[in-house]
Amino acid sequence: MTNQAANDRQKQETSAMVGPPLWLLAELTYDCPLHCPYCSNPTQLSETKNELTTEQWFQVFNQARDLGAVQLGFSGGEPLLRKDLEALVKYSRDLGFYTNLITSGIGLTEKRIGKLKEAGLDHIQISFQGADPELNDAIAGRGNAYQQKFDMAKSVKAQGYPMVLNFVLSKQNLEQITDIMRLSCELEADYVELATAQYYGWAYENRDHLLPSREQLVEAERLVNEFREQQQGKGPHFIFVTPDYFETRPKACMNGWGSTFLTVTPDGSALPCHSAKMLPLTFPNVKDKSIGDIWQQDFSFDYFRGDDWMPQPCKGCDEKEKDFGGCRCQAFMMTGDMHKTDPVCSKSEDHHLIQAAIDSAIEPSTPILKRVNQKAMQHAKNTQLSIARTKV
Amino acid sequence: MSTPIVPQKISPTMTPSLNPMFRFQWEKAQDCFVLLFPEGMVKLNGGAGEIMQLIDGKQNVQKITDTLNNKFPDAGDLAPDVHEFINTAIEKKWLYHD
Repeated sequence: MTNQAANDRQKQETSAMVGPPLWLLAELTYDCPLHCPYCSNPTQLSETKNELTTEQWFQVFNQARDLGAVQLGFSGGEPLLRKDLEALVKYSRDLGFYTNLITSGIGLTEKRIGKLKEAGLDHIQISFQGADPELNDAIAGRGNAYQQKFDMAKSVKAQGYPMVLNFVLSKQNLEQITDIMRLSCELEADYVELATAQYYGWAYENRDHLLPSREQLVEAERLVNEFREQQQGKGPHFIFVTPDYFETRPKACMNGWGSTFLTVTPDGSALPCHSAKMLPLTFPNVKDKSIGDIWQQDFSFDYFRGDDWMPQPCKGCDEKEKDFGGCRCQAFMMTGDMHKTDPVCSKSEDHHLIQAAIDSAIEPSTPILKRVNQKAMQHAKNTQLSIARTKV
Repeated sequence: MSTPIVPQKISPTMTPSLNPMFRFQWEKAQDCFVLLFPEGMVKLNGGAGEIMQLIDGKQNVQKITDTLNNKFPDAGDLAPDVHEFINTAIEKKWLYHD
């Protein structure tokens, strides 16, 4: 057998083994009008001038769709800052993608909601930071953000879209959970994600200010269940996501590395999850390689597939097919070794780090950082957020 | 959630329509029809795909059943299958009915 033939056979075997990247997350820009301290974007600023062009995104969509990608999320940063968003939506919708816009709502207008609908946008997800203007705008670091989100959510429903609301919960806003659910009903959301912050990017830096106590979480979950009972099958579907820090088994991060999710960052880096850039691996760029080559052949995408890479206790664990050893980024952030068992697992020798984080969050010793954006940077004199002024 | 869902009685004159929350399409990579919704996908089996293709908010259950009985003459009467699927699809809120 020639080398070429052997390579071809190996390629075929790999592609037969790996399913399609069903979920493509297109992070169009890291620029954002908000400054949320729970943001999972990288804390290192990136230049907007390196962003992919419209044509380059078209190519990404084409190649990913050919592989069988079907869900496409437009995210960021704030995707509305891209003036070609309507063109990107139309192009991808024509390819057969189900198109999701994941937005802060800042920069939306009734007219733009209509234009996006004409372009074929299927669904809009709006994030909220709190249930009232005072807390919402303090967390978001922008005045009038709440009112804008409220008005746009009304318009999204009036214009016939399915709508998801996303509340990132932390100890800053957890006490508002019942008001948050009432607001969701008023806005006629279809699905509501009550998602406790995950600690990546800015949120990792601010973890002490965000991570709730176990008691706060138990109470919040009780309130959610009570509210669901009263709904009697009507109104929004509430999805309550507890932080993995209070679990004894890790989450099945990204449904398994390189199994379902593909993120393309503003500058064209292709990642198996939106946080993976922090890992000491070299990730490919869509400017240099096709999506097919990236998904099926690239070293970094293959690196944590299967269980060959696993250390103990993962390798001998009968739950390894369920959680795939947990989150590689979390293992790396907390232990410095991306191969280790996710410290969330009670079988991990590093599990004590999780308890230490929970304890440390009881009394934060450093001030909270507000997310700094490239454009805002020139004007920002004080990057600390005075959350103390709000009623938390 | 505590009250059990009482199965809908499907009548031949009922006209089902797709809940606008969902999009129905053929997925080549999956080799089946699917329902797409915010950040999710349901894969439909062959029979469900055949029924869903006929649901347009105009044809009633009888018409859909007749079409399928004509299309698959050797399959026996498909009415029970059509009724069962439409019943499930209404419970799952994929379909509305008049």
